[in-house]
Amino acid sequence: MDLENQKRVKEFAEEYGAENLVVVLGAAEGEAAGLAAETVTLGDPTFAGPLTGVQLGLTVYHVCEPEMKEEFDEAVYDEQVSMMEMVLDVDDIISEMQAIRDQL
Amino acid sequence: MNSVIKGASYVLVHTPDMVLYNGTTQTTERVVNPDSEYLKAVPEHLRSYEEAVSYWPNQTYIGNAHPDELAEIEFPYYDKKKEGAERYGKYGEIMPEEEFLLLVQACDMFEVVRLDKAFVEKYKEAFAKDPVISDDIVEKIHEGVELSEIETLISEDHAEPLYFEHQLVGCVKPAHDIDVNLSSHVMHENLMSKASSVLALLYAVKNAGIEKSDVEYVIDCAEEACGDMNQRGGGNFAKAAAEVAGLVNATGSDARGFCAAPTHALIEAAALVKAGAYKTVVVTAGGCTAKLGMNGKDHVKKGLPILEDCLGGFAVVVSENDGVNPEIDLGMLGRHSVGTGSAPQNVIGSLVADPLDRAGMKITDIDKFSPEMQNPDITKPAGAGDVPLANYKMIGALAVKRGELDRKELANFTKEHGLTGWAPTQGHIPSGVPYVGFAREDILDGKIKNAMIIGKGSLFLGRMTNLFDGVSFVIHGNTAAVQEEAAGVSEEEVKGLIAKAMKEFAATLMAE
Repeated sequence: MDLENQKRVKEFAEEYGAENLVVVLGAAEGEAAGLAAETVTLGDPTFAGPLTGVQLGLTVYHVCEPEMKEEFDEAVYDEQVSMMEMVLDVDDIISEMQAIRDQL
Repeated sequence: MNSVIKGASYVLVHTPDMVLYNGTTQTTERVVNPDSEYLKAVPEHLRSYEEAVSYWPNQTYIGNAHPDELAEIEFPYYDKKKEGAERYGKYGEIMPEEEFLLLVQACDMFEVVRLDKAFVEKYKEAFAKDPVISDDIVEKIHEGVELSEIETLISEDHAEPLYFEHQLVGCVKPAHDIDVNLSSHVMHENLMSKASSVLALLYAVKNAGIEKSDVEYVIDCAEEACGDMNQRGGGNFAKAAAEVAGLVNATGSDARGFCAAPTHALIEAAALVKAGAYKTVVVTAGGCTAKLGMNGKDHVKKGLPILEDCLGGFAVVVSENDGVNPEIDLGMLGRHSVGTGSAPQNVIGSLVADPLDRAGMKITDIDKFSPEMQNPDITKPAGAGDVPLANYKMIGALAVKRGELDRKELANFTKEHGLTGWAPTQGHIPSGVPYVGFAREDILDGKIKNAMIIGKGSLFLGRMTNLFDGVSFVIHGNTAAVQEEAAGVSEEEVKGLIAKAMKEFAATLMAE
């Protein structure tokens, strides 16, 4: 995860409290989604950014996961996300995301 | 009439030492974690010049293999060797680091580059043998200084060291004592960009079969900024490179827009020529030292060589319609506007579907799409996937949503209308333009009838806007003959009308 984004996530968590924050990812690959999810929950696995060793334990979903999809207005989802849903390996993304959540 | 693509060049410079000393992944690591295991591992993972030359994607970039041939090679590419690989290709070359450092010194107008005497002596002859390096460039090479002088400049004057095979061989001095925009770091970065742009310009002129004096305007579309503390991005890389390349009749300017810049610049070039402002415009870009080894940590972790060890450069010659070469169709431009939004669906819609809609065409009417052509050998191990393939899937998915393609045909679409990525991850370099040279030839050979070049840029990285950007254009076969034929018919009609008027006039005279 981009170092600047890590910093922003960390600042938001401090400002609003970790329990009031949901991180929504749009990564195109399961591996990238998993890494980002790991960063905002267990800490930066690359040991490069501000979240190194910081376990924020934030709630995190990929936008293509069913839990997220349910939250959307169907028409908006169709207009904004459905094309990417067709393109992405959603099953792989879900399993990567679940694997990280299981560690919490 | 539309402007044409007269020729293109693609060059690489193998710079393994700059991976370690100038790539930001490595320089950042040196600040954050100076004793890191990664930094120690980097030298063992750097490729030799011969390995970089025989690498399939590099041979494709300089034109020694067509992307279709690359697609036939079993993935991954890093452990395969292209037999008969050569330094020179039909579009350019892969210049070795030692010769490039001499070119960099020749491009330095303010004597900030200092090279070791023995180093210059050893490699000057080889440098002079390069077919595009003209005598006037060779004459710019100084005899060099003693190594002790270079060491002093580094220790006392904050000069940026230059290495070859891990040995100190020179330095880049700061161009000002306190101005950060003229610091040795910035001067180093800018000179590397300028020198690789010069190399691209030299090949572009040669490949297009024009004279250097024919070029009237140059647009540089790289991602660096040159200027001083009072005008940080003052410019002008284009004219600076044109000077060294000997384009005596050219002026120029810099176009910036992150990775979208080359496509913006080509549209601007085509418009300038079509409008009659200039007859020949060259779009050029040099490479980016900061991005060397950008994904090095992942490559090392997975036991791969560091594949981002080359600077990239390209140049495209756009000129007046010659009745032969493929045209840039200015009537079919895609653009991501301020109001477009950032959802991938909107982005692809604005860049691909909207211009085709205006021309009454379908997505499947375009034979080849050239979006972000990053080499997947580099991006896949870094978790970024196959970038061109992801683009093709999105374009195909949009065609499905528009009812222009059967969903079952999606996999086929990515093969038939797509290309396997081969370009180095140098930001602007892989963006749309790598296929322009091949597209020109494929259209001339009748292999395809058209191609869409798509440039996309991550503007948010500059922290001035959260917006994304992109533009696209279509290249198709030359239509001059068709247009002249059409014009010819109306000419006949005009002649007929004149004859009729003359007869009528004669009749009125007779009547009188």
